[in-house]
Amino acid sequence: MNVLIVGCGRVGATLAGLLGDEGHQVTVVDTDKAAFAHLPLGSKVVTYLGNGADLDVLRNVGADKADWFLALTQGDNRNLMAAQIAKEIFGVKRVIAKSNDPIRAEIYRGKGIETFSRTTILAVLLRAMLRQETEVGEVLMRRTLELEQRLAGEYAPDRGPAQR
Amino acid sequence: MYVVVAGGGEVGFHLAKALIEAGHEVMVIESDRRRAQWIEEQLGSVVLNAPADEGRYQLEAGCQRADAVIAVTGEDAKNLVICQLARYNCGPLGRVIARVNDPKNEIVFKTLGIQETVSSTRVLMSVIEQELPVGGFLPLMPLTGSQLELIEAEIAPGSPAAGKPVRSLKLPDGALIGGIVRGGKIVPGVGEATLQPGDRVIVFAPTAVEADLRSALFG
Repeated sequence: MNVLIVGCGRVGATLAGLLGDEGHQVTVVDTDKAAFAHLPLGSKVVTYLGNGADLDVLRNVGADKADWFLALTQGDNRNLMAAQIAKEIFGVKRVIAKSNDPIRAEIYRGKGIETFSRTTILAVLLRAMLRQETEVGEVLMRRTLELEQRLAGEYAPDRGPAQR
Repeated sequence: MYVVVAGGGEVGFHLAKALIEAGHEVMVIESDRRRAQWIEEQLGSVVLNAPADEGRYQLEAGCQRADAVIAVTGEDAKNLVICQLARYNCGPLGRVIARVNDPKNEIVFKTLGIQETVSSTRVLMSVIEQELPVGGFLPLMPLTGSQLELIEAEIAPGSPAAGKPVRSLKLPDGALIGGIVRGGKIVPGVGEATLQPGDRVIVFAPTAVEADLRSALFG
């Protein structure tokens, strides 16, 4: 797939690294050059410096050819604007935007933008952990653990997996 | 009229002040506590100290009964979301107006359902361009249900397109000249038809290629 990710914070960068490893063509856009340092070592992704909610920037990175578009900056409004431009102007089929305000997430879901909110995802998961409803987070926690061990190993290859 | 002004920066403050002086009822939504306090000292109890991009505060400010909601923060993405949420929260009755800082966002906002926009950049440009022989490039409207828009471009004497036949223009993919307005009449914009200074060219084009179209006509 041709994947365009706006926002190279920790989430955007980690996802870009994962998808790049799987062989997808990934481009990451961020306004801050330093943000690209979040990318995992050896990531096979293209980086582009610019505002991902800007029509010209999105055209320059080939938004019209993207199969998947993810808006993952720290600003809910920028994410929702970028996602709507991708969907309504460039015709991207699969568009996902982060909106940490759950109310905005729900409203824009109604407008056809797939949204998720870290706020509610974490709250639901943490409540389930406290209630020991292991089935809620089982698969998620297992995959998270695998990924974190792998990432930690890549940064300190001599030490092997962290002692537990 | 009752007007909700979202954003209490320079534009928002002076707009609210002018509206009050003209006898209108106003509520300013400003998230910065000190700025909100300062506006209240100047204008009285017409400030809600809250983020304007959250629906609950739009309702608290009385957007449901507002004749107009105007988003005038310095950030285009925020103004877009404020206006879209106002439409969602406050029903279809009142006017919803957005300030856009980057003029190309005017067509973006229109495509995304916010029809009324004000671009200070565009206003200043039009003042300057009355003095200079520069061709105008004006996105007229988005075409509903498509990623297309309708654009009017006025050919200036110095424009690289002036004097050239339509077939020699390097228009971007998907762009089509619908016609040329010359002396109040429509001339077909095809093949050997030559563009003349003063012509107004009507073009259908994907919004995504607007910048390429601009450079094809104006260099």
